[in-house]
Amino acid sequence: MKPSICLTFKIHQPTHLRLYRFFEIGKDSHYYDDFANRSLIKKTASDCYLPMNQLLLNLIKSTKGKLKVAFAISGGTLEQFDRYCPEVLDSFRELNATGCVEFLCEPYYHSFAAVADDAEFTHQVNKHRNAIKEYIGADVKSFVNTDMVYTDAIGEKIADLGFKTVLTEGAKHILGWKSPNYVYSCVYNPKLKLILRNPGLSDDISIRFSDRNWNGFPLTAEKYYSWLEQAQGDQVVNLCMNYKVFGEFHPKESGIFDFFESLVNMVISKDCFTFATPSEIAKKYAAVDSIDVQDPVSCENEEKDMAKWLGNELQKEAFNKLYALQEKLAIANLPQLWEDYGLLQESDHLFNMNSSFFTDKGNHRYVNPYDTPFEAFINYMNVLADFAIRVDEELN
Amino acid sequence: MFGWEFPPHIAGGLGTACYGMTKGLAENGVEVLFVMPSASGDEDQSAVRILNASDVPVADNMALDVDKYFEKVQFYQIGTNMIPYADPDDFAEIVENERMMMDKNYRIQYGKKYKFSGKYGANLMEEVARYAMAGATLALEHKDEFDVIHAHDWLTYMAGVAAKKVTGKPLVVHMHATSFDRGSEKNIDTRVYSLERRGMEAADKVIAVSELTRNICINKYGIPPEKVVAVHNAVDFSGKEAINVERGIDDKIVTFLGRITYQKGPEYFIEAAAKVLKRCPNVRFVMAGSGDLMDKCVLHVARLGLSDRFHFTGFLRGAAVTQMFALSDVYVMPSISEPFGISPLEAMQTNVPSIVSKQSGCAEILDYCLKVDFWDVDAMADAIYGLLQYPAVHKLAQEKGYEEVNNLKWTAASAKIKAVYESVL
Repeated sequence: MKPSICLTFKIHQPTHLRLYRFFEIGKDSHYYDDFANRSLIKKTASDCYLPMNQLLLNLIKSTKGKLKVAFAISGGTLEQFDRYCPEVLDSFRELNATGCVEFLCEPYYHSFAAVADDAEFTHQVNKHRNAIKEYIGADVKSFVNTDMVYTDAIGEKIADLGFKTVLTEGAKHILGWKSPNYVYSCVYNPKLKLILRNPGLSDDISIRFSDRNWNGFPLTAEKYYSWLEQAQGDQVVNLCMNYKVFGEFHPKESGIFDFFESLVNMVISKDCFTFATPSEIAKKYAAVDSIDVQDPVSCENEEKDMAKWLGNELQKEAFNKLYALQEKLAIANLPQLWEDYGLLQESDHLFNMNSSFFTDKGNHRYVNPYDTPFEAFINYMNVLADFAIRVDEELN
Repeated sequence: MFGWEFPPHIAGGLGTACYGMTKGLAENGVEVLFVMPSASGDEDQSAVRILNASDVPVADNMALDVDKYFEKVQFYQIGTNMIPYADPDDFAEIVENERMMMDKNYRIQYGKKYKFSGKYGANLMEEVARYAMAGATLALEHKDEFDVIHAHDWLTYMAGVAAKKVTGKPLVVHMHATSFDRGSEKNIDTRVYSLERRGMEAADKVIAVSELTRNICINKYGIPPEKVVAVHNAVDFSGKEAINVERGIDDKIVTFLGRITYQKGPEYFIEAAAKVLKRCPNVRFVMAGSGDLMDKCVLHVARLGLSDRFHFTGFLRGAAVTQMFALSDVYVMPSISEPFGISPLEAMQTNVPSIVSKQSGCAEILDYCLKVDFWDVDAMADAIYGLLQYPAVHKLAQEKGYEEVNNLKWTAASAKIKAVYESVL
């Protein structure tokens, strides 16, 4: 059997908080920087989402449906598309109509509810499932957690929610000598198949493509294909990356669109690989082994752990204080409160408080509106204080 | 009188104190010629005549008289990056500017005017030296118009000393703060220390803003006790209107307001907050201000898990400060070392009961505030708890405190200063 290439694109637009002063606590309950959110998504739409969707659509047509891709779009992002640039949603619907695109399920608010609160996690997964149906018209079959965070326990929850496939990071410390290019299963539930991201080949495109100090520069389709060929005999190469790689992290002038187009054409003409979506791969291959993951694994940073979000005391404090409100919120049970609660769970708030960006000069392509983790923390906690007051008011 | 700043252009409390003092002196029948490095012309001259040192060409014949002082002062000009009262946020900029300044080889030029910035930072030491020259020139010019020289804080001491040398008139120096209040015990700026010491040694009398400061002058600077007099500051609330703020928070608010630096004792405030929050849930703590310990404090609060009840506002100015006081139910000043400390007085004037450390000068004159040792976080927590939980205590401290601070008049304080003047004539 020919090995498969699984292309997965992650899309998430963070909901930036505005500068929220102590003096506003209890008085003003609008927390978001609508101007920044709107202008950021509009820019990305014109640089990346629209041109890349168009390119995918053209390639699917020209290859007669041989190109297959998958998307993981967060719920907050779907809402932002709907509000600020509905034409992007149209193009995703068009892609869905080709039948060559799978849409993956993830926690609606791009949160770490999976490691915080079971009820909230279930709620967000179901909410996202419905949102994909509503906005795109697709049924979700496979799951990928926020930033690919995974443990055996999360795997079990996902299986209980009816999924048979989950994507996560092919991190060295969980694989040991094993290769990421095979389908594995969850130790707790052998029916749940794991598809692992190939970190090397994914990052060659997503991070290193325009790095002039990299010995692989300039990256051509031929060169990249020769690396792919080494996976012949394996089951699957999962290339999973942020969709913004196309047109934003690597601007159009870097040649990233042309590279992608020639790569797809080359794969199809050489006919040694087939493109497949995660659910197709799960059907096609049996798991070769199970993988045991006790501590959370993610697709971020060198250690592939959760240190970027929950590494320092500020992040842990914010995380704990946020989820401590869950019980009260369930009693208050007000739609507006649930919505703010969801948006405050976005992983980006925690990411902005990470302390490694002082030293991390590597690929920092994410917008961090704050100069220091302390500023990010103070602003977030001010917002959270107001939110907590609203929850309490509702209870009294 | 030699000062460094005068309202409306003020950075620290020094200008405000000088303003109140000169008004009080006028009421006591003392005329004041106020020399400042950089006057803008919009200062309130109802009680003083302001002389601008920037307008003074340093006379050639002056050089002989003050040359030896100048040589000593010049020693301190090199590579200073000492900023007494600057907002910490400006620090980086100041250091950068200074580095550029150091490249230029500057010298005091005789017969030329020098434009003083009158600020704190960059070439502060150079300004101090030039101010001494210009001050001496002015003193010589106005020789027949004054009887006593009065210099405020180390910045102006060299000017006072030079003026005394050229005119032979008695000198009074005023210690508003000491080097020991700016740094920790083992980490003081020795250049400032020796300017302070030199000023006090050359003076006929030293005025300290509190007994606490007086003791430091005696013990740490070796000034003879009979030479040092404590005259407590007063506070002038005229022109200050009460503001009404809309409260967004029902909980009681306990406030710390000031620079978040070592000598202000912010960490004791956090520890006390942790103790109070264990007992009463409906309280919020606010640390208003910025400073080099701010990030450390944020982390400290997060570690204690108090971040949902402990807020940081960042640096506040003008109306925001008044607003902060108006929102507060209890004010705490846990300073490790505070020569006087005007902020609790402002709080009490806004009807906010205050807790001050026994290590602050204002504790000596206030009866209706609670006093604790800065290190005694249990006592501090007790005091906060008491003011929050027992309305009778709160009411008493509020009403009597308000009365008390409104009775602290510069007229009375200035009368004591006048007595000091008379003692040296």
